[in-house]
Amino acid sequence: MDYGVLAGRLFPEIIMIATALIVLAADLSLWRRFPARWRRTVAAFTTSMGCLMACAALGGELEIGVFYKGMWIFDPKIGLLKEVLVGLIAGTVWINRESSFTRHVGEFAALTILAGVGGMILVSTENLLLAFVGLELLSLSLYVMTAFAKSELASVEAGVKYFLFGGVSAACLLYGLSLLYGVTGATQLTAMATALAGKAGDPLVFLAVVLVSVGLGFKVAVAPFHLWAPDTYQGAPTPAAAFVASASKVASFFLLAKISLLGWKEVSGGGGWRAFAPGWSPVWCVMAAASVVVGNIAALVQTRLKRLLAYSAIAHTGYMVTGLLANNPSGEQALVYYVITYAVASLGAFAVIAVVERAHGTDDIAVFSGLGRRAPYLAACLGLFLLSFAGIPPLAGFFGKIYLFIAALGAPGSKLSLLWLVLLGAGMSCVALYYYLVVLKRMFVFKPEGRLVEIEVHWMTRAVLGICALIILMLGLFPAWLFDKLTAR
Amino acid sequence: MLVWTLYICLLGGALQWLLPSDDPRPSRVTALFTALAALVCALGGSAQWASGGQLGPVDLAKASWIPQLGIQYHLAVDGISLTLIVLTGLAAVAGVLFSWNVRERTRHFFGLYFLLLAGCFGVFLSFDLFLLFAFYELAILPKYFLIAMWGSKNRDYASMKLALYSFAGSAMVLVGIIAAHVVSGGQTFDLAELAKFSFPETFQYWAFPLVFVGFAILAGLWPFHTWAPTGHSAAPTAASMLLAGVVMKLGAYGALRVAITLFPAGALAWRDALGALAVVGIVYGAVVALTQRDFKFVIGYSSVSHMGFVLLGLASLTTIGLSGAVLQMFSHGIIGGLLFAVVGRMVYDRTHTRDLDELSRLDLARVWPFAAGAFVLAALASMGVPGFSGFVPELKVLVGAWQVFPTFAVLSGIGILVGVAYTLRVVQRAFFAVATGEATADPKATALLLDDSEDSAISVPERFGAALLIGATLFVGLQPRCLLDWIVPAFQSPLFEGLRKAGGLQ
Repeated sequence: MDYGVLAGRLFPEIIMIATALIVLAADLSLWRRFPARWRRTVAAFTTSMGCLMACAALGGELEIGVFYKGMWIFDPKIGLLKEVLVGLIAGTVWINRESSFTRHVGEFAALTILAGVGGMILVSTENLLLAFVGLELLSLSLYVMTAFAKSELASVEAGVKYFLFGGVSAACLLYGLSLLYGVTGATQLTAMATALAGKAGDPLVFLAVVLVSVGLGFKVAVAPFHLWAPDTYQGAPTPAAAFVASASKVASFFLLAKISLLGWKEVSGGGGWRAFAPGWSPVWCVMAAASVVVGNIAALVQTRLKRLLAYSAIAHTGYMVTGLLANNPSGEQALVYYVITYAVASLGAFAVIAVVERAHGTDDIAVFSGLGRRAPYLAACLGLFLLSFAGIPPLAGFFGKIYLFIAALGAPGSKLSLLWLVLLGAGMSCVALYYYLVVLKRMFVFKPEGRLVEIEVHWMTRAVLGICALIILMLGLFPAWLFDKLTAR
Repeated sequence: MLVWTLYICLLGGALQWLLPSDDPRPSRVTALFTALAALVCALGGSAQWASGGQLGPVDLAKASWIPQLGIQYHLAVDGISLTLIVLTGLAAVAGVLFSWNVRERTRHFFGLYFLLLAGCFGVFLSFDLFLLFAFYELAILPKYFLIAMWGSKNRDYASMKLALYSFAGSAMVLVGIIAAHVVSGGQTFDLAELAKFSFPETFQYWAFPLVFVGFAILAGLWPFHTWAPTGHSAAPTAASMLLAGVVMKLGAYGALRVAITLFPAGALAWRDALGALAVVGIVYGAVVALTQRDFKFVIGYSSVSHMGFVLLGLASLTTIGLSGAVLQMFSHGIIGGLLFAVVGRMVYDRTHTRDLDELSRLDLARVWPFAAGAFVLAALASMGVPGFSGFVPELKVLVGAWQVFPTFAVLSGIGILVGVAYTLRVVQRAFFAVATGEATADPKATALLLDDSEDSAISVPERFGAALLIGATLFVGLQPRCLLDWIVPAFQSPLFEGLRKAGGLQ
């Protein structure tokens, strides 16, 4: 193996890791004496430089193909996903400019970058061992980021909960993977698929599928493995929560799609109404239905916006899994399209929450009263993101949801077999509209309540919000652009 | 030219956001010119179309939008959509004229108003189902905010109910449309293409009610009508004029354009059930309107009753019934708009009460003779007196219904009788109670109304608005041919080939 070639293939990741180390070292040594505000700005700029370079490398002449027996792969779609991840890293570090939960600016930025690198490794491999390493790099960084506001009890509690749940689920995942290895003798997904042919009825395979599903179900927060999500979103520092809701979702969903569509091709089973067949489909069918119901119903009674977004994220997970269940390339494209637009909107929504939370000291929905008059820009952006979540045209979420449903109903071989799930999803989206409208009503219809708090928005947050809003609007008006990139071979 | 109705509304709505926020006058003038420009485009475009003399839909714009799924930006028009575009143009102008007294956040009001109109024009112009659905959902949000921000009593409840009912309906429609797309091979969302495809009957049997009911929720189909009276009553005048006048037609139009066109066999299978629901709506709406104490609720339930005729016409699936239904959409759009204008703007905005008992003591016929006159004309039109636009369409619907289900036709006749009763009751109670000795005048309250400075007399914009709507209902009442010449030939077009083959359109 030629290490020069390897370094060339991993060049974007290497740039990112170098950036993480530079930010960490510089913040610990050179910038130590300066005020925290200044350090946050400089850290954000340094990180963005690294991100820009990584994007340039990704857009450059990276070799396309499958290398080292599937240990490393690269194609335009993976390149796009990595660009999205890099963009989300930059966005998270930029919105961190607003927060004041820590003095350890460099560590937080470095952890964000490392978590992102974990995600980048995750999307770029077809080997389960490397995927697990990437997943753990992502997860461990996230645990620390969640607990980063050391002086706040909620943050520490969230970190511990997230860690304990995550540890158990990682154990499940690893146990499942080891069983799969035992049955097939392969850690590489295509080899595993060949070895699994005709073993759909094998109880050991089924146990492995269930265990891996539990592990991945935790990562993407699908019901009934969603319990960590509300507490984590609520307690984590807002930039950390934004990263959990965006970048971590993108990477985990891509891994899930790859394992189930590629590795478990032969043990897919079926999730049609009254036509369940053993395999991964029925398992995920039940979880998708449960997520859509639990997430949407539980979101109805929330009074904190971050918690509400956590439950709505669970519901969105249900929608995305619906696309996965289509079990065909268009389902995967729909899933990736949806998760990308969802991540961008989430980042933006959390950025607004970060600002409001800093001004008011809480993310209670009541403090958003009259935001439309007090801070029109913030309110307009948050409104746009929430409406995209709700699937209102002409925003990206509208097309994303329809595309998922088209893929799910058009699953080849068994046309309309997933109709029950689509009907359930479409019906529950009315429930979702209700709680989004409640927030919108707070912002635009209600008059400001109580003490009037001046809300200042730093231009860096404004920039992130503007870019996210523009992406959501443009991908809604011209979805064909992203669609083209996802279908490109 | 017709496509500009849509673009003008979008541009005009966006323009409102750039105007100064403290002064309502520039917003009003801009809004009036925007609406007039849209109306001129609608009329000019229809004149152009009429001189062309085509039967089928005429393409106005066709461009690839999302080629991977065969989704196109396809705008086209035929006689049916043309009728409704003209209606929307008229309602737009009248709505602006009756919103002259909106002083709070005027530019936002008109911004949302034109967004709603753009959604309506968009639905009527779209011949691609995906595009149609996008415009259909685009209309939900402005409705919600218009009611939640500028509405009156009970606006919180009413706006949310309206939004959720609309969204639930559109969710049903969405599943139906996607299923149709997938079953037809997943290549296209184009209406004309899909209409050529004959869907399996088992599929049509469940897809038709899904899509039809999904749309008809917005058209006030009983028992999903309850959003209508509450929504209309809580809405500000212009919004209730648009809700009753145009938005309810979106539902009926969608039911005809999508559900009946694509799933004719399903439509025939469900014909009786839908006819029954429509008749229940007609009679129930009328009877409930008879017992209301709230002036706006009377008009709200009368809308349910009148929209019942539209649905009955659609359910009959005969040429005469369907064309009657389309004409009734136009007619009710004008008359409903006028009724809500009188009740909401002329009476409620000045008296601040909608209670018929309280109104009866105010001697309104003497205070505002113009309002009384306009309301009497609107009431006559609403009762279906010959010479007004309400007569011909209801007759056509009844004839169409008679051919298929005579019992329902007879039952809906009862609805017409009750309709006369509640209309006359409300005219008498609201305007002529003192004159007929039914109630004793309350001179103090009456004097207070006349005293109320600048806004006490019926203003010029209101007079123009009322004259426009009354003129329209009289013109169509005396010359129904001019619209029927657009509507009837539209049913000969290839779009309805499937329905003809399946045995409809006798």
